Amino acid sequence: MTFRKYLVLAGITVFSTAGDSLLARGMKDLGGVSLHNFSGLLLAILNPWVAMGILFLLTFFACYMSALSWADLTYVLPATSLAYVLVALIGHFRLHEVISPTRWLGIALISAGVGFVAAGPSVTPAHERRNPQDAPRDIVSVEVKS
Amino acid sequence: MKDLYAWSAIGLIVLASTTGDVLLSYSMKRVGDVGELWKRRGVWAVVARVLATPTFALGLMAMGVAFYSLLFGLSWGNLSLVVPASASLTFVANAVAARIFLHERVGRRRWIAALLVAGGVVLMAV
Repeated sequence: MTFRKYLVLAGITVFSTAGDSLLARGMKDLGGVSLHNFSGLLLAILNPWVAMGILFLLTFFACYMSALSWADLTYVLPATSLAYVLVALIGHFRLHEVISPTRWLGIALISAGVGFVAAGPSVTPAHERRNPQDAPRDIVSVEVKS
Repeated sequence: MKDLYAWSAIGLIVLASTTGDVLLSYSMKRVGDVGELWKRRGVWAVVARVLATPTFALGLMAMGVAFYSLLFGLSWGNLSLVVPASASLTFVANAVAARIFLHERVGRRRWIAALLVAGGVVLMAV
C-alpha cells in the first residue's frame, strides 16, 4: 500500500460525504419532489447544489472503482462506512448537533472495524486463491513484455 | 402488512447492491490496476477498458435496481428502519459473497470488521 492508495481510500470517504450533503442541501431548496412530477426531478440538476453533489458523487465512484482495481472488496467496503462517522462529526463540530451516547458507540464500532481491516493485507494474493485468475492482474506489464 | 413490504424491499436492496458490488469488483480486477494503466496509457485507455468490460454494465444495472428498491422501500417503511437495516445487512452479505464468488480470503480479521461496521451502522441510526 502506497501513500497514493491511502489517498484514494480517503477520497471515497470524503467525496461520498460531501456529495450526499450537497445533494441534501440542494433538495431542501426544491421542496417536495415526488415520483409523480418527474419533470421536477429532471430540473433538479439545474440547482447548483445538486449539480455539485452529482459531480462529487461521480468523483466518489471513480475513487471507488480505482480502489476495487487493486484491493479486495472486503478491504474497500469498510472504508465507505467511515462516511457515516464523518457526517456525524461534521454535524457535531460545525453545526453543534448533539451526538447521543448510542451514536458515539456506533462511531467507535465503525472506526474499530475500519482499523481492523486497514491493519491487515489489502489484497488476497493469487497463490492463496482457488482460482488464481481472479487475482488483480497487471495487464499492462504483461502486454509490454509480450 | 406494511412491515412485510418494507422487509421485502430491504431484502431486494441487499441482494441488488451485493450483486452490484461483486460484479463491479470482479470487473475492476479484470481491468487491472487503474493507476498503473493511467500512468502508462492515459486516462482514456482506462475509460475504454472499463467500458469494454461487460460485467461492469451489469454491475451498474444492479446498483440501479438497488437505488430504485431503496426509493420504494422508503415509501413503505420508515427511513430509520430501511436505511440502517439494508446498509448493515449489505456489509455482512458482501463479506459472504466476496468469499464465495470473488474467492477473497475473508479471515477472522475481516469477519470481525464486517460485524463491527454492521453493528455500528445500526447504532448510528437509532
